[in-house]
Amino acid sequence: MNEIIESRKPPVATTGILGWLRANLFSNWVNSIISLFVLYILIQFIPWILNWTIFAADFKYNFNGEEIIDRTMCSRVLDPENGGACWAIIYVRFYQFMYGFYPREEVWRVNLSYIMLAVAVVPLLFDDFPFRKHFLKFTYAFPIIAFFLLNGGLGLQEVSTNKWGGLLVTLVLGCTGIALAFPLGIILALGRRSNLPVISMMCTLFIEFIRGVPLITLLFFGMVMLPLFLPEGINMDGLARVLVAVTLFQSAYMAEVIRGGLQAIPQGQYEAARSIGLSYWQMNMKIVLPQAIRISIPSIVNTSIGLFKDTTLVIIVGLLDLLGIGRGALADTTWLGLAYEVYFFVALVFFIFTFAMSRYSLYLEKKLKTGINIGAD
Amino acid sequence: MKKLLSILAVSVFAFSANAGTLDDVKNRGFLKCGVTTGLAGFAAPDDSGEWTGLDADMCRAVAVAVFGDRSKVEFITTTGKSRFPTLASGEVDMLARNTTWTISRDVNLGFEFVGVNFYDGQGFMIPSSLGVSSATELDGATVCIQTGTTTELNLADFFRLNGLSYEALPIETNDEGKENLFAGRCDVYTTDASGLSSTRAAAADPSKWLVLPEIISKEPLGPLVRHGDHQWGDVVRWSLNAMIIAEELGVTSENVDASKSSNIPEVLRLLGVEGSYGEMLELSSDWAYQIIKQIGNYSESYEANVGPDTPLEIGRGLNALWTQGGILYAPPFR
Repeated sequence: MNEIIESRKPPVATTGILGWLRANLFSNWVNSIISLFVLYILIQFIPWILNWTIFAADFKYNFNGEEIIDRTMCSRVLDPENGGACWAIIYVRFYQFMYGFYPREEVWRVNLSYIMLAVAVVPLLFDDFPFRKHFLKFTYAFPIIAFFLLNGGLGLQEVSTNKWGGLLVTLVLGCTGIALAFPLGIILALGRRSNLPVISMMCTLFIEFIRGVPLITLLFFGMVMLPLFLPEGINMDGLARVLVAVTLFQSAYMAEVIRGGLQAIPQGQYEAARSIGLSYWQMNMKIVLPQAIRISIPSIVNTSIGLFKDTTLVIIVGLLDLLGIGRGALADTTWLGLAYEVYFFVALVFFIFTFAMSRYSLYLEKKLKTGINIGAD
Repeated sequence: MKKLLSILAVSVFAFSANAGTLDDVKNRGFLKCGVTTGLAGFAAPDDSGEWTGLDADMCRAVAVAVFGDRSKVEFITTTGKSRFPTLASGEVDMLARNTTWTISRDVNLGFEFVGVNFYDGQGFMIPSSLGVSSATELDGATVCIQTGTTTELNLADFFRLNGLSYEALPIETNDEGKENLFAGRCDVYTTDASGLSSTRAAAADPSKWLVLPEIISKEPLGPLVRHGDHQWGDVVRWSLNAMIIAEELGVTSENVDASKSSNIPEVLRLLGVEGSYGEMLELSSDWAYQIIKQIGNYSESYEANVGPDTPLEIGRGLNALWTQGGILYAPPFR
């Protein structure tokens, strides 16, 4: 009697939507209450925010169908009970939010560098990109091309960095800071662990000093003190000064993140590398760093996102980044009082970029299986 | 993300040697003027990216005086903290950044205030439903006040002098003060009168809010230049004075051409028809004519940027001419 009994289906309450609900939201009475409470808040909040941001909002025209040119024409000013967000301020000033005061006839240069940035970065991010090798050559050349494209020179009209603003400044600061700080951070991290006391002491001093002061202090130093030290008549570009400060700041943090990764590499790896006769640089480049950086990915992305958001501090030294342009818009008597719209928009733009960074890091972690899962590989 | 290591390149500007600022500006071909990062009515970018406001007009007036062209100016944004080092290091030729003229700034910091283009002062704003018409009736009120500023000290002095009590609600920024007042968490918001006006204009219904007539501090705001370069200081000073004198003489951007054949001697001197005042300043003879033509007189600039017809609705008050009950006064043009 070796009859095979057909397997029975699992109880209804443990599968499908019902099972998921029970397992995740209503597993005991405390969780049930919390779930219901959160659900209640969401039901209250989501329709309201959708209504305010989309359904009752003005984009270009108000509810009378007139094109909005100042705040008094916004539906929410005309009818505070029913009117939603007045996005006209963003619509009218979209150019400023994206490019600052970059001359309009030259703006193709910014757009072209955005496109080139994408071409330079995407192949870098995904290693199954077709013809990746050739694209990477372009990636290395990109910074130089972008410099001349944005700044001018080589026959292009010069556009002083005073005219840069909005998302352009945010991206220049963020990309440059992150990209330059990474190699600098690696060098500092290796330097701090070096056996040569002078190098190790200098790196430690640098890292601890920079980490010991807030970014604002460094920005002030770059903006305010540096010109006083330079000989009279020599002016370093304002944006360049801020870039130096941001890069130094970020590299100190990056160094500590990478050092954390280096600490996690077992001593055996170093010894093995030494024993097959690899030099210091070969050992680090081929054995140690690839593993250390792989472990550090979440923290690297974490500090990078932090830096990207910290770029808003440059308003303190008078550079108008995305947030600064927003605040400038609010100071225009035409648009006084539309603070919610402006801050919402700026937050949204920042969210798009930081969320993309965080998703990419998750993708990398999955691909490289960075979780330490002994034996499961 | 890959880099724009690019911008790191240090732009080394031409050596300015030791020539005066006026020569530097002329050689460069445009004026560098420090303004705020955005303050309603004083300096803020409009929808097309043009800087507008009372201070922006001041910058443009100087650019017109030097170049005869209102577009020959580059606006450099500065904050309350970065403005003085920016001027001291020569990154800007002048500041027109609603900066209060005080002895320490004039003397100790090594700057030269060349005049006053707006007389501001600390005031009070209340909901009109409070039914108060004077600040002396504010006994026991909750006051929103920016901490660590001179406004805090002025407030304490004013209430003590009048034998009133108050409760302070400390705030950090103007936005915070605005939100607290609108939400009814404080009865009174106090800061500079011009700031109160922009706060009021930003309200859903400005008519529900009232700026009280009492002004309890002196905040003369004016353009400033580096100490020691008197020639350049004169250019900025008289660019401002020319606008004030033009109002006094009734010369506007509309009638400036007709005024050239006026029979009032001072008008003729101002417009460069008679005398050689432009030459004395090392400017063209029609420098003041161009300012009035392209920017307007003081009244025109005031009305367009902060006056009663703008959302800010700031009456002339102290900023009226001395002949009309204010204290705006420029030395004679002769």
